[in-house]
Amino acid sequence: MTRTLADDSQGLARPNPPPGPLLEVRDLSVEYLLERAVIGAVDHVSLDVAAGEFLAIVGESGCGKSTLLFAVAQLLFPPAAITGGTVTFRGRNLVGLTEGEMSAVRWKDMSVVMQSAMNALNPVLTVGAQFRDVMRAHGAVGKQEIAQRSEEVMRMVGIDPVHLKSYPHQLSGGMRQRAMIAMAMLFTPELVIMDEPTSALDVVAQRSLMAQIKDLQQRFGFAVIFVTHDMSLVSHFSDRLMVMYAGQVSEVGPTRRLFDAPKHPYTAGLMDAFPSIRGPRVPLAGIPGSPPDLARPPEGCRFAARCPKVMERCKASDPPAYQVEGVDVRCFLYEAGGPR
Amino acid sequence: MAVPISVTRGQGPVLPEPSALPAGSGNRGRAALGRLTTAIRRNRKATAGVILLALFTLIALFPNLIPHYNPAEIFYGPKCPSCYSAPALVQASPSSAHWLGTDLEGHDVFSQVIVGTRAVLVLALVTGLLTTLIAMVVGVAAAYLGGTWDGVLNLVTDVLLVIPLFPLLIVIVKYAGQSGNVVLIAVLTITGWSYTARQLRAQAQSLRNRDFLLAAKVRGERSFYIIMVEMIPTMTSLLLACFLTNALYAVLAGSGLQFLGLGDPNLVSWGTTLYWANSQGALQAGLYLWEIVPGLCIALLGAAFALLNYAFDEISNPALRPMRASAKRKKVPLATPTPTPAGGRLATDDAHAG
Amino acid sequence: MRFALRRAGFLLITLWAALTLNFLLPRIMPGNPVEAAIASLRVPLTPSEINAIAAQFGVNQHQSLISEYFTYLGHILTGNLGVSFVHYPTPVTSYIATGIWWTLGLVGTTTVLAFLAGTAVGAIAAWRRGSRLDSTIPPLLVFTTAIPVFWVGLMLILVFSSVLGWLPSKGGYSLGATPSFTPAFVGDVLQHAILPAIALLITTIGAWVLTMRNTMVGTLTEDYVRMARAKGLPSHRIMVNYAARNAILPNLTGFAMSLGFVVSGAILIEYVFNYPGVGFMLLQAVESNDYPLMQGLFLLITVAVLLCIVLSDIATAILDPRTRTAS
Repeated sequence: MTRTLADDSQGLARPNPPPGPLLEVRDLSVEYLLERAVIGAVDHVSLDVAAGEFLAIVGESGCGKSTLLFAVAQLLFPPAAITGGTVTFRGRNLVGLTEGEMSAVRWKDMSVVMQSAMNALNPVLTVGAQFRDVMRAHGAVGKQEIAQRSEEVMRMVGIDPVHLKSYPHQLSGGMRQRAMIAMAMLFTPELVIMDEPTSALDVVAQRSLMAQIKDLQQRFGFAVIFVTHDMSLVSHFSDRLMVMYAGQVSEVGPTRRLFDAPKHPYTAGLMDAFPSIRGPRVPLAGIPGSPPDLARPPEGCRFAARCPKVMERCKASDPPAYQVEGVDVRCFLYEAGGPR
Repeated sequence: MAVPISVTRGQGPVLPEPSALPAGSGNRGRAALGRLTTAIRRNRKATAGVILLALFTLIALFPNLIPHYNPAEIFYGPKCPSCYSAPALVQASPSSAHWLGTDLEGHDVFSQVIVGTRAVLVLALVTGLLTTLIAMVVGVAAAYLGGTWDGVLNLVTDVLLVIPLFPLLIVIVKYAGQSGNVVLIAVLTITGWSYTARQLRAQAQSLRNRDFLLAAKVRGERSFYIIMVEMIPTMTSLLLACFLTNALYAVLAGSGLQFLGLGDPNLVSWGTTLYWANSQGALQAGLYLWEIVPGLCIALLGAAFALLNYAFDEISNPALRPMRASAKRKKVPLATPTPTPAGGRLATDDAHAG
Repeated sequence: MRFALRRAGFLLITLWAALTLNFLLPRIMPGNPVEAAIASLRVPLTPSEINAIAAQFGVNQHQSLISEYFTYLGHILTGNLGVSFVHYPTPVTSYIATGIWWTLGLVGTTTVLAFLAGTAVGAIAAWRRGSRLDSTIPPLLVFTTAIPVFWVGLMLILVFSSVLGWLPSKGGYSLGATPSFTPAFVGDVLQHAILPAIALLITTIGAWVLTMRNTMVGTLTEDYVRMARAKGLPSHRIMVNYAARNAILPNLTGFAMSLGFVVSGAILIEYVFNYPGVGFMLLQAVESNDYPLMQGLFLLITVAVLLCIVLSDIATAILDPRTRTAS
């Protein structure tokens, strides 16, 4: 039952997981409880992640994707709080667990990679020390095995293990980011949550990091939830794509299907905003307007004010999610199971 | 001698944003004042501080509102048959005639405290004002002019910060010979501006490259105009905080110097009253109130300034504000709770009416 | 390295400024200190004795100001701080040496204690935001930092000495006791040190708690703290190694700036308790017009403050790898 670092080193497959999706989020809501208002950052979001799957979550700034991520990982700080819903990971609801119960799950089964390694790594500890303390926190005591595993994960991401003795500010941006990924791999978790890990890098480094992540995923079989605002980045790497708008899921389904035939008007708008380098020349179209104020969300569909296909109905009531061709889309256009 | 209560303001401060009102610093100033008064009313520390300060100011301005004697008046005890004259009344416990008793020379202590309020307040407010003025000129000039000016002014400020001020004050006052309130104010002002100058410079620097200043420059306004009319009004809240810090410094350092006997011993002030109490052995004579009350007043006045200062810290950096109980809840039970925040909660659950 | 050089340069400039102030002040202020010194000796003096005193002062009618200045600097650098007027002919340096241990003992230990305890309490208060600890301590401490330290001393004397009679109120040790390393004497010293130490602690600890708490509240919102939580690290480890270790860094620089406050507190407390340290010495020198002693003490205190700044810089360098390794 207890899995040692040696098991991770040997790439030992985990014992059969309980049936059902690896991660099941149902009706999750997160609010920021401020002095003067309550801001609903995440509104009744549901999503599934199967074992080994790469799910990308995209959306504009402020759509709630990072908040959703932290809520799933139970990493919210006050004034943010989960106000409803469940997060079932490996058959167990994480919402409401105490820190003690949660820490058994943390890092061993679910790890996190953050946006800026410069901010996410403790500036006064060496990289190696930060690897050590998470390993010690989860029961590894042998100096030998700790050192061995640390070197292993560093090599996995292509960094010379000598940098374990370096401080974060001594590494380049790309190296820091990869060191964070190495740290996330220490226990070969089943789920790695990544919050815009490539945003702080230049395009070349971004591509190489993505390739690295994908390679690791294929070797070790973990699932990835990858949040980004850059759709083109995940288009080749993700299995499924989820589009968020104003705290809700507008569309979620297999990546290729969303790219080839976006159903939700917002998704279509996003696709149009990213011109294809090989396709025909088309005028660049943006999406006019700006997202609604989440302290005072509108009565009806949240995208209604900016939607080119808006109907009267959309302003009055908020559409539920409809399933069409294997894609969940939150739009009245698909009410009868097909576009009007 | 200002205690660095808030390091956050000295190093990379979290600054209050200039108002989003259209240009015209008058508007900005008025809006800032409005926000300020609301914030004061809401914050308990600020209200307490304002009340204390107002109380002391009232006493200082109109000491005759409260019945008291002339502090120099000597009261005599009962005459004994064989004495030439009545001895001075030495009264430790309060009585209806002398609410705080008398001192060893027969002076009424309560009157000394009441009349002394003015000197202390004058010391605090005038020194605070002048010191803040100098700090503002030095800080803003250093930030705005930049280059060698900045370097030089910075050096002077830092040197003055490092040199131990209290011994310096003692030495200067000693050499000055005289010791009235004016001298005290002058000496405290000349030495005490460095701490707040640093804070003001930090904020001025961060404002320097803001758009509204560049716009003014492009319009062709002169530097002096830009500094006085555009920059300074935006810095009002920090200036106010600096004033409070400096006033606190003046109260503590000034009273300290007076207590050591370096003030004018004939001036009626809380510090000098304590000096007489201490040097004449009030505690040994059992005249406790004489020692306690003037010091307590200094503490209360100082506390007023400190409370207001701390409240400003909280107002300008919302992260420091006292947390509401409902926001502390990190985990939520499976049944959806309905937290009741202080502000209105808007109907987010109506989003699914469809 | 460059940073260290700049810092050293700055400290040297400050030292020079203090020396020059010491030199200039008696010469530009009204009142002739030489005459005051002569008056305080209260004996008729021959002209050559007057000249000798003036020379002690460095005030030589036949020298120009500039050469006086350099003579003065030369004296200082060779450790010659002159001879005390009141305790003639004891040199200033040896007289100061008798008092310095008392101050170091009292003020040194209380400052270190206040810093350590204050930082710890501040860290815990920030960690437990919204708890009772965090809501009561800051307002209480805001109050204590505004209380004049000499008044605290007086009140302590009132309660524990005058009313209760438990502890002595004056001096470093009982009158008539001979300084030695016997347990009895040490006990006596400690007894005399308790009240002054408490007074100093009460007034200085507040600043440390408040600054640490405020800095730490900011640190706790940093990503690396969230990351530490994501890693499942135990609470105390996060609080100490991740939050406090980063939050304390600006506090150390604040330490340097607050030394002035420590010094003023020390002087006032020593005065209130007649504690035989250098602060008390300074005030006695002021009262008795012992100018060489006064100036010597001012210099000593300045040098001590500069040394503490150097120490805190070193501590920062040790704790913050970013200052050590130029990236």
